[in-house]
Amino acid sequence: MSEAIQTEKTEPRFASILVPEAEDRLLGMRISKLARRRLENFKANRRGYWSLWIFLALFGFSLPAEFIANDRPLLVSYKGSLYFPILKAYPETVFGGDFETEAEYRDAFVIEMIQKEGWMLWPLVPYRYDTVNYNSKEPAPAHPSWDNWLGTDDQARDVVSRLLYGFRLSVIFALILTLFSSVVGIAAGAVQGYFGGWIDLIFQRFIEIWAGLPTLFILIILSSVIYPTFWSLLLIMMCFSWMRLVGVVRAEFLRARNFDFVRAARALGVNDVTIMWRHVLPNAMVATLTYLPFVLVGAVTILTSLDFLGFGMPPPAPSLGELLNQGKRNLQAPWLGLSGFFVLAVLMSLLVFVGEAVRDAFDVRKTLSPTEGGEA
Amino acid sequence: MSLLQVENLGVRFHIENHTVEAVRGVSFHIEKGETVALVGESGSGKSVSALSVVQLLPYPRASHPHGSILFDGEEMIGASADHLRKIRGARISMVFQEPMTSLNPLHTIEKQIAEVLMLHRGLSREAARARALDLLHKVHLPDPETRLKSYPHQLSGGQRQRVMIAMALANEPDLLIADEPTTALDVTIQAEILKLLQELQDEFRMAILLITHDLTIVRHVSDRVYVMTEGLVVEEGNTEAIFSNPQHDYTKKLLNAEPKGQAPALDETATAIITTNDLKVWFPIQRGFLRKTVGHVKAVDGISLQVREGYTLGVVGESGSGKTTLGMAILRLIGSNGAIHFNGQAIQGLKSNEVRPLRREMQIVFQDPFGSLSPRLSVFHIIEEGLLVHHIGETYDDRRQMVANIMAEVDLDPVMMDRFPHEFSGGQRQRIAIARAMILQPKFVVLDEPTSALDMTVQSQIIDLLRRLQRDYGLAYLFISHDLRVVRALSNELIVMKDGVVVEQGMTKDVFENPQTEYTKALIAAAFDVAVAE
Repeated sequence: MSEAIQTEKTEPRFASILVPEAEDRLLGMRISKLARRRLENFKANRRGYWSLWIFLALFGFSLPAEFIANDRPLLVSYKGSLYFPILKAYPETVFGGDFETEAEYRDAFVIEMIQKEGWMLWPLVPYRYDTVNYNSKEPAPAHPSWDNWLGTDDQARDVVSRLLYGFRLSVIFALILTLFSSVVGIAAGAVQGYFGGWIDLIFQRFIEIWAGLPTLFILIILSSVIYPTFWSLLLIMMCFSWMRLVGVVRAEFLRARNFDFVRAARALGVNDVTIMWRHVLPNAMVATLTYLPFVLVGAVTILTSLDFLGFGMPPPAPSLGELLNQGKRNLQAPWLGLSGFFVLAVLMSLLVFVGEAVRDAFDVRKTLSPTEGGEA
Repeated sequence: MSLLQVENLGVRFHIENHTVEAVRGVSFHIEKGETVALVGESGSGKSVSALSVVQLLPYPRASHPHGSILFDGEEMIGASADHLRKIRGARISMVFQEPMTSLNPLHTIEKQIAEVLMLHRGLSREAARARALDLLHKVHLPDPETRLKSYPHQLSGGQRQRVMIAMALANEPDLLIADEPTTALDVTIQAEILKLLQELQDEFRMAILLITHDLTIVRHVSDRVYVMTEGLVVEEGNTEAIFSNPQHDYTKKLLNAEPKGQAPALDETATAIITTNDLKVWFPIQRGFLRKTVGHVKAVDGISLQVREGYTLGVVGESGSGKTTLGMAILRLIGSNGAIHFNGQAIQGLKSNEVRPLRREMQIVFQDPFGSLSPRLSVFHIIEEGLLVHHIGETYDDRRQMVANIMAEVDLDPVMMDRFPHEFSGGQRQRIAIARAMILQPKFVVLDEPTSALDMTVQSQIIDLLRRLQRDYGLAYLFISHDLRVVRALSNELIVMKDGVVVEQGMTKDVFENPQTEYTKALIAAAFDVAVAE
């Protein structure tokens, strides 16, 4: 073919208008009709739709936990200057005290000093997750009161504050774990499915052996060797959680690698990575997205159960599992177990409902109209 | 009274919050022992009308706003599920297009046929077996005793369709609805199946409602024809009358749609752009624990050919003859043995990154326009991809302009470039696929059955487009097809393939006028004689 198409052919049969049509947009991104229909399907599941909003509201509320529950005031005015103890550590000497260490704002002496020359603005809950309430009128665990809305745990720490921080920690942990294990899982599944053959065979046998390892015992053994932190726990769990998505993604890639549009891309000279990314992955994402909310639920559960057994986050990390364990040990203080249970139940139910709605949204029978299914 | 009387039938589909009128007032009738054809292109409502007869539409999403369907005097619309079950499979049977998916892959042939008999007739297992055997004899399935124990995947497409027909006939129905019964089959087998249907019709005294887009078949077998388009019957009458004296414009268009014309003979001096010498693609058959190679499937077995600049080499053969494999091997999309020269350069044995620059000059267009476009990319992104790979077009705006130009070139409105493939019809999608190949300005294009999945009228448009592109840009085509009518219209030269080898080779005109081998004669007879015979 000559150069004609690109240069001389300035007079095509159609007026060459290149103005894109008014398009359907969501959050500024262009979305296809199919995506719009899926969105409508998602919304049509009222329970899942509202669960998503409630979950997002709760998560959004827990994100700035430091500003909602803290043992430092939001704002201190002392001798005419303003201080932000939440953001910066001030030594006690700033407020006329004796020690060079950070001021103990909950200490009666400090409070008295500051209030003589100014004022303090406290967060909604004046306790951090690890703040011990020395002023409690009854021995820990203390009953719910105006001071501690859901009481204190057996180390006199405020339960509301621990729930708030614990909720945030669980969700963030689950989100990061889901993200990383999905990335690894999808990549592994994609490579196996796309290339097939020996790579697939060897990887599959490896996964079978790897999946056969007793995860819990390995975690217990490792936690006695490695000091458990947020990131080390995440890493260890990721080693075992990435396999959940491999099967689905592999199957989708195995199916799609011989599709005509993939062969057409090969004939155009597109390299394998681009084909996998641009042509095959979008088709595999439907199955994957359907799984994700349930992977998320699984991640919350596994962190909670590790904390419950005492192999999870080190003290004094705020943890829902640890709260449940305290509830078990202190049956005379039912507010511990009940509030832990309640928060977990709400969190899991919300995520499962969202998951169901996502599954509905991607349901082929609902997204395809009969005329698209075949000849009408 | 007619066996089947359909009056003013309407079918409506409810999708989300809008409705689609698939059928808008169709009337037809079928007498006992008669063959009636519903002819139309995809989307004309012919299948939906036929499925309404047995009430097999996806109710309640589908509904009948008006009309009545009287089968032997009894109303089918709104009949009880019990009543319908007694009629379906017993008095009205169906044969579908795709024989692979219509049979349960996990059951033997015997079990599937016997099930129908035991269900509707209450035969014992032994009696059902004997009857199944008898039916398989009737449909001329070779070696029926051993076939009874076979699974569907062990049969060929034609054999599976015979089994489907045997199942449909098991209860000696009064009416057989055949929905594109031969579309998925090779031409020679098509003819056999049609002959079989006619034989059986005479024997069982049943009526046949034939649904098809293929006018050749209609002319061959049916007594009366109803031509449908857009949910309406636009013309009806005796087959002869319709074919010799069509009244409605649409019928005329349909009849004129058969690809016409013949490509001129080849200029022997034109330079060869593709040359292969003894090209072989053998797939090893491996057995046992150590995967020892015990033999080979010789998909392409020693083919030497030349494609000349500006001319078309047609490759003809039935399914399984290795013609698609040949095309893929020439483009180095699958491994092969034997020399391939492109523009004088040996490309066999080049590494994949050495082949990549050449990809710009050799392109492929696939058969299925639904499968060959990525469903999640817009048309612009699909066509643009080749430009990105080969670093053509500096800026985004340049590339948009190029895509717009090529879309206009293939008669697509560039305004539609931001739409997604599912918003286009089959013919439009094939144009998109052609645009994707052509934007790279290739010298050589493999056309792998580019018209087979399209309606007749669209087929001839695509052929015209391909001809025009070839004329304007001096393209060389390797045109793969099983449809001899299309091949004759487009190819200058022809090779006929069977089981991986060339059985006949020559100028298209010579091959058609004076076929040398029995196989070629059979192919030509099946494709053309069917239309004029009887």
